[in-house]
Amino acid sequence: MNDRIRELRRQSLEARPVISAERALLITEFYRGLAGPTDSAPVKRALALKHLLARKSLYLGPGELIVGERGPEPKATPTYPELTCHSLQDLDILDSRPKTPFFVSPETRAIYRDTIIPFWKGHSLRDKIFAEMSAPWTKAYQAGVFTEFMEQRAPGHTVLDDKIYGRGFEDFRRDIARNLELLDPLRDPEALRKREQWRAMDIAAEALVLYAERYAGLARDLAAAEKDPRRKEELGRIAEVCSRVPRHAPRNLWEALQYYWFVHLGVITELNTWDSFNPGRLDHHLDPFYQRGLAEGSLDRDKAQELLQAFWIKFNNQPAPPKVGVTAEESATYTDFCLINLGGLAEDGADGVNEMSYLLLDVVEEMRLLQPSSMVQVSRKNPDRFLKRALRIVRTGYGQPSIFNAEAILQEMLGQGKSLKDARSGGASGCVEAGIFGKENYNLTGYFNLPKVLEITLHDGLDPRSGKRIGLATGGPESFASFDQLFEAFRRQVRHFVDVKVAGNNIIERLYAEHMPAPFLSLLIDDCLERGRDYHDGGARYNTSYIQGVGLGTLSDCLASLKYHVFEKKTLSLGEMVKVLQADFQGQEPLRQLLLNKTPKYGNDDDYADDLMKRAFEAYYEAVEGRPNTKGGAYHINLLPTTVHIYFGRVTGATAEGRKAGEPLSEGISPVQGADRQGPTAVMKSAAKMDHLRTGGTLLNQKFTPQLLADESGLDNLVHLVRTYFQMDGHHVQFNVVSAETLRQAQKDPQKYRDLIVRVAGYSDYFVDLGETLQNEIIRRTEHDSF
Amino acid sequence: MVTGVLFDIKRYALHDGPGIRTTVFFKGCPLRCAWCHNPEGQSPFSELMVKPSRCLADCYLCLERCPEAAVSKSGDILRVDRQKCRTCGACAEACPAEALVLIGRRVSASQAAAEIFKDEVFYRQSGGGVTFSGGEPVMQTSFLEELLEECHRREVHTTVDTSGHVPWPSLASVQSKVHLFLYDLKLMDEDRHRDLTGVTNLIILENLKRLVQGGSRVVVRLPLIKGLNDDRDNIEATAEFLRGLGGVERVDLLSYHALGRAKYERLDRPQPAGEYAAPSRRELEQIKNRIQAFGLEVHTGG
Repeated sequence: MNDRIRELRRQSLEARPVISAERALLITEFYRGLAGPTDSAPVKRALALKHLLARKSLYLGPGELIVGERGPEPKATPTYPELTCHSLQDLDILDSRPKTPFFVSPETRAIYRDTIIPFWKGHSLRDKIFAEMSAPWTKAYQAGVFTEFMEQRAPGHTVLDDKIYGRGFEDFRRDIARNLELLDPLRDPEALRKREQWRAMDIAAEALVLYAERYAGLARDLAAAEKDPRRKEELGRIAEVCSRVPRHAPRNLWEALQYYWFVHLGVITELNTWDSFNPGRLDHHLDPFYQRGLAEGSLDRDKAQELLQAFWIKFNNQPAPPKVGVTAEESATYTDFCLINLGGLAEDGADGVNEMSYLLLDVVEEMRLLQPSSMVQVSRKNPDRFLKRALRIVRTGYGQPSIFNAEAILQEMLGQGKSLKDARSGGASGCVEAGIFGKENYNLTGYFNLPKVLEITLHDGLDPRSGKRIGLATGGPESFASFDQLFEAFRRQVRHFVDVKVAGNNIIERLYAEHMPAPFLSLLIDDCLERGRDYHDGGARYNTSYIQGVGLGTLSDCLASLKYHVFEKKTLSLGEMVKVLQADFQGQEPLRQLLLNKTPKYGNDDDYADDLMKRAFEAYYEAVEGRPNTKGGAYHINLLPTTVHIYFGRVTGATAEGRKAGEPLSEGISPVQGADRQGPTAVMKSAAKMDHLRTGGTLLNQKFTPQLLADESGLDNLVHLVRTYFQMDGHHVQFNVVSAETLRQAQKDPQKYRDLIVRVAGYSDYFVDLGETLQNEIIRRTEHDSF
Repeated sequence: MVTGVLFDIKRYALHDGPGIRTTVFFKGCPLRCAWCHNPEGQSPFSELMVKPSRCLADCYLCLERCPEAAVSKSGDILRVDRQKCRTCGACAEACPAEALVLIGRRVSASQAAAEIFKDEVFYRQSGGGVTFSGGEPVMQTSFLEELLEECHRREVHTTVDTSGHVPWPSLASVQSKVHLFLYDLKLMDEDRHRDLTGVTNLIILENLKRLVQGGSRVVVRLPLIKGLNDDRDNIEATAEFLRGLGGVERVDLLSYHALGRAKYERLDRPQPAGEYAAPSRRELEQIKNRIQAFGLEVHTGG
């Protein structure tokens, strides 16, 4: 990386996340006096965006090539009081919490106290949502049965396709004008709604063009004052780029990147969408510009790399908007989940890996930033070289890129009824969620705590933490004569809580459609523009709602434990088990160890436990799959946790597989931490027993030490491991190459790290099974190995 | 039904032949190498392994179950009286914490096969397969034959890791079903070999010759222990012998590691008398060069 990038990267890494009150002030100003009383909701939102983009501070730092920030400067993070109005207490928490804090200046606090809070308190969408929720919803939410993604952040969860690389916003506006012209109020009963939506979209499109013009002006001013002739010329180029895009289609790599970045800022300024926004399959979009630049001689590899690196830094400058409450628990991170997709299949189904794929992997490796995230879609048609290149980055312990199965994603999409052509332009976003890029609204609506539902089942519908009834009365523990009866009660409870959750979602989705339309985002996702329908109101071609199941590993092991010890071996009765769990295994350590060590566990390729996992999967799938949402689409499941398995663990008492109260649940579809003892092939075999293709994404984490991947054959075998998992239809796997610090943890707490494999000397073994001296030697080696 | 005694089955074994493999460890070995890192593989019978650090306070299930009163706990220290213990395994079965583990179980060939072929899909993708190791797998000849036969039916690649100290007819009977032999050579000097492994090397060298002459693919593995067998004389004598055989595919150098040390304690066996160490990286490189000088292909690591 050159000096310019090194400096920009340093600034990005060192910038401190602070709360900026600018957006809150501007939006309040707009709603207080400028919003027309008769404007429709979409037009009002479009005018609000225009107000923001016309007035928000510009930032153009020294050395920058790609310009524009969400806040007034890098990591100055705006708030969205129309959605969530932070209280003074929230601000104090944000300012002082040890993890993911945001600095709140006394001025910001004063602005909130005097202006923002008085105007928005009780009137934010969050207030409306909580006021609308039923008593059963509120009780289940407070008990930690599920979370709610839309309560303080807007549904976004969508990804851009290639539509901006061949067309400018002027073209979009022309389409809108044509639609307005052809609108026939006589024959179209929805004429008014469409007209308002198109007007709003036009205003939103114009707003971004004007915002870019402001940057062009700033760059011209800076160029005029600049002494350094090289920088002067660069600023001139920036001015030229910003007056070209997004108004017109981009002509070169620089314009393409700047165009996307303006669009990104438009989306995340309009609303605080989940997963920010995402350019999707960036190698596919950018390679033509790269090739053309090389052919014309206007670009070389170094220049292209520099532009891409400058682009990367822009993502890292935007921490996720400050979350509070349960939402902060489920997603305790600064990352805003933009997941760059590389590789996979081309639109015609051919191998989609190109030169830009490799160039971007170089960028990922060199930049080593938290954001953006990156992934590779691995198709059976992609060369091993591509997968191996990605795994070389993985082995440095960076945790990126994550590895996805392109064919599985394709089949998942086809299974959901999407066309083959559209399915091929799909991928994964956020953590692992599959969707069609540029044509789908696929919303994660909340996490669902599966082990908690089993706990409630074992307590006849009561939450043992509060003693309150929150579930169905399905009978006390002594009433179940067989495991099947118990499982049936569990199945009914799952269905009940999914009912409660979906009833809530149905209201929340409509609140967004009516109060918070997103005309800007609607410009970007087909077929909102063609239909004259908002993104939140079913305008997208495909509309999917997901409920993300959490703790499948913990649940499976609990079921195995209950079936094996209670109903088969009769080690103890179900009533006795429930008492032991209520007492958090107090005085029952031998029993707890028995449950931990002498019970079939998911993740070992043991059908006893894996069959129960499949049964639990089916129960959850049936409870969710195919329910209609409010946008003309349907519900599906996916299985991923972000950080919610920690929170869900905290609200769940001791569990029958030996987990103590409050400890984390298993994450994704990974086995319980330390329960898998047969190595990675067994984990993958177990995980592949569920039908990944009927989900919208599953997450599998595997831990490795660097030594295991040190040589070429280690890497080759990792390629084989991935390829085989994908042959079995696995959706995703990520390799966590552990640090010396983790090994030290494993030394202290061996039970949790039973699955950690280390390479010893031409030989691999479980770390916790090694003697202390040898463990120490490996820790030392891990510290010193640098790839 | 043919049965055999195994002490472990390890999946995702990457160092015992090509690709992703499952390594099957046969219990029982004719050699008693002083530096052995798998001492639990030596005896052909089940053995009780004790890991006192895993033992739970206030848990006496093993004491309750042991029919011979061989298990005791004084303070919190778990002990097994090996004179009284008849390795019935009752204590290990009762132990919730895996402080007591019975090593070695008798299984039928079909039980073993059920485990072995679980990773078949990985073998196919990676060009891997099954490695039979130990202990000495060829000692349990008919059991090994049965498993090799099953591998053949399924067209799965087979590797046998052998000490070579077995009657030739045993080796001959499996030869045609083994795709690759990993053949361990410890020392060329017969007296020193006898001192350090308890057996002569004459059978080992003769069997190796016959295997190679019979057309088997053979990779020779040299475990290297500093000061015992890494001297120039032994290395050159080994290389000379291997060159003479003509058909050895490759020589793998395996450095000694101390992994097995803790196991002796857990089996209540005396630790090997000597202090063993691996040759240094430089010495290893030198050994590699010496052997290569005889026109042989050499790899370090398995």
